Amino acid sequence: MIVISKDSMGIIREQDVVPFRSRVKEYATKIGMSLVNQTKLITAASELVRNMLKYANGGIVTLEIISKNGISGVRLTFEDKGPGIKDIQLAMKDGFSTGRSLGLGLPGTKRLVNEFDIKSVPGEGTTVTITHWKNGR
Amino acid sequence: MDRIPILKMGPFLLVTIQVDLYDRLALNLENDLITMVSKTEARGVLIDISAVSIVDSFMGRILGNIASMSRIMDAETVVVGMQPAVAITLVELGLTLQGVYTALDVEKGMELLQKKIGLNLLNNEEEEADEDDRNL
Ligand SMILES: Nc1ncnc2c1ncn2[C@@H]1O[C@H](COP(=O)(O)OP(=O)(O)OP(=O)(O)O)[C@@H](O)[C@H]1O
Ligand SMILES: [Mg+2]
Repeated sequence: MIVISKDSMGIIREQDVVPFRSRVKEYATKIGMSLVNQTKLITAASELVRNMLKYANGGIVTLEIISKNGISGVRLTFEDKGPGIKDIQLAMKDGFSTGRSLGLGLPGTKRLVNEFDIKSVPGEGTTVTITHWKNGR
Repeated sequence: MDRIPILKMGPFLLVTIQVDLYDRLALNLENDLITMVSKTEARGVLIDISAVSIVDSFMGRILGNIASMSRIMDAETVVVGMQPAVAITLVELGLTLQGVYTALDVEKGMELLQKKIGLNLLNNEEEEADEDDRNL
């Protein structure tokens, strides 16, 4: 796997969400991702920055265009230094929320993108990485 | 711009969302619409989202809130023009827009609202008739 381009963006307030989504769209468009796949990726990204803002007071997102076996994709890494997640398995369940919300963000995001990885250390923070390939596979 | 204009068309309110909403704008819209429904006693709310390219759980929740609050005030909500890519994404995300009707475009949405209101009127008359029967 090779990294073709890389950039990062700090997310500290709600107003950062829309510009961030535009940035993701730029990346997805650059590699010629279809509209449906773009929409899935941007929606997933939107959920993850919302979590970052809501539970960890923000964080940093790294945006990358990557290529594997000649297929390009967008990889996004969401890193925060918030409280972390105690039970990831539970947090990944549909309907689980400590924020009195729908509890759809994490499991929904996992369904929307090709690759999903979450690491969290209570007291240290959370890192979520998602990858979506150009053709959605 | 901090507010989205709301148009009154007979018994309905029409809102056309032309940009991807940031949260403040979406929350303002929710408040404004609910205030307008109660002030104008509107019977239906049409929200045109054909220009909206991303509906995430936050936006979905706002649409759901508008619908449930409106229903309490006897108005139905129809969301029109949802882009196919948005619809596909919402299904995969697992978000169901509870209590929100959907239609292809404003015209179809209008027809749907008219039907809903018509039905409600009929139901109310039937209920009244039932009560009359009981009184007899
Ligand atoms: N970055 C994070 N830091 C700390 N806790 C988090 C983070 N992201 C998610 N969580 C925890 O995981 C739970 C599930 O997250 P998820 O996004 O699935 O649902 P939600 O945010 O509660 O609701 P929704 O996304 O539907 O509005 C959250 O309620 C929260 O407790
Ligand atoms: Mg969430």
